[in-house]
Amino acid sequence: MKDTTLVVAGMATLAAGTYAIRFAGPALRTRMSLPPRATKLLEAAAVILLAALVATTALTEDHGFSGFARPAGVLAGGVLAWRKAPFLVVVLAAAATTALLRLLGVR
Amino acid sequence: MSSIRRTLEGSVRRDIGLTCLAVLFTGLSYGAIAVASGLPLWLPIAQSVFVTAGASEFLFIGIVAAGGNPIAAALAGLGVNARHLPYGLALAPDITGRGWRRLFGTHLMNDETVVFALAQPDYPGQRAAYRLCGLGAFVAWSGGATVGALIGSAVHDTNAFGLDAMFPAVILALIVPSLRDRATLRAAAAGAVIALAAAPFLPAGLPVLLALAAVALLRRERPTP
Repeated sequence: MKDTTLVVAGMATLAAGTYAIRFAGPALRTRMSLPPRATKLLEAAAVILLAALVATTALTEDHGFSGFARPAGVLAGGVLAWRKAPFLVVVLAAAATTALLRLLGVR
Repeated sequence: MSSIRRTLEGSVRRDIGLTCLAVLFTGLSYGAIAVASGLPLWLPIAQSVFVTAGASEFLFIGIVAAGGNPIAAALAGLGVNARHLPYGLALAPDITGRGWRRLFGTHLMNDETVVFALAQPDYPGQRAAYRLCGLGAFVAWSGGATVGALIGSAVHDTNAFGLDAMFPAVILALIVPSLRDRATLRAAAAGAVIALAAAPFLPAGLPVLLALAAVALLRRERPTP
């Protein structure tokens, strides 16, 4: 892992910034309102960031391809989530699929 | 708590309970995954207490575990948390608390608390729902993360159990409801492609930030009337 001080600084930045964002809404409420479009864009931006994280953590490792077992597990979990399976089922199915494929020798 | 019983219907309290149970499971997997990816035990625990915003914590952990810069990871996390600004603007005045209570009440703002608060028909109900769901989710999240981190530190060969697939699967499960919107799905897919294309060349963490370029796609599809 990176130098601990830097990690703590990163965490403190995230914690303080998040608090400030949470505080700002109710404090500004009487003075401004955000157009619904801007709200929608902010929500979509969050989903885009997270989708990109899903893609990179599922498919890459150290700038290269992660192998087939991991993305196959994530795909299994994703299909179950889309079909509205319970959260626990989704997560365990993803891990089980990947573990099983590795057991069978798929990398 | 007795005032909460008076102001909130039984069905609302039950729904909040179920939501907190789901938060607990997410917290468990969060703690376990963070430690299993090689991060120290204190990190997911401290983040669950001081940040208390699941998606951004996952993002932070994911980038730092991959070797990315923690400050870049924090900025990405703040991008995810920007949605709390419109949340705060949408809440009725003083829902987050008055006076000194507001200092802690502010910290309890998240997707679930805002949804439950906005769904209540009257002001006392909104306040009660915000407090009950906020406290419940806070305890479930930090408690789950702590127990999960302890469990995760007991597992050694994480890849054999497919734990590395759990991380992306958890985040995917969290965003699936938003992906049912066609425009969001298209933008998210484009963002994922951008990040993947950049991953071989850029330091960890940056490809995810670069994915934000896909927001432009949303603009074009629905021009402002």
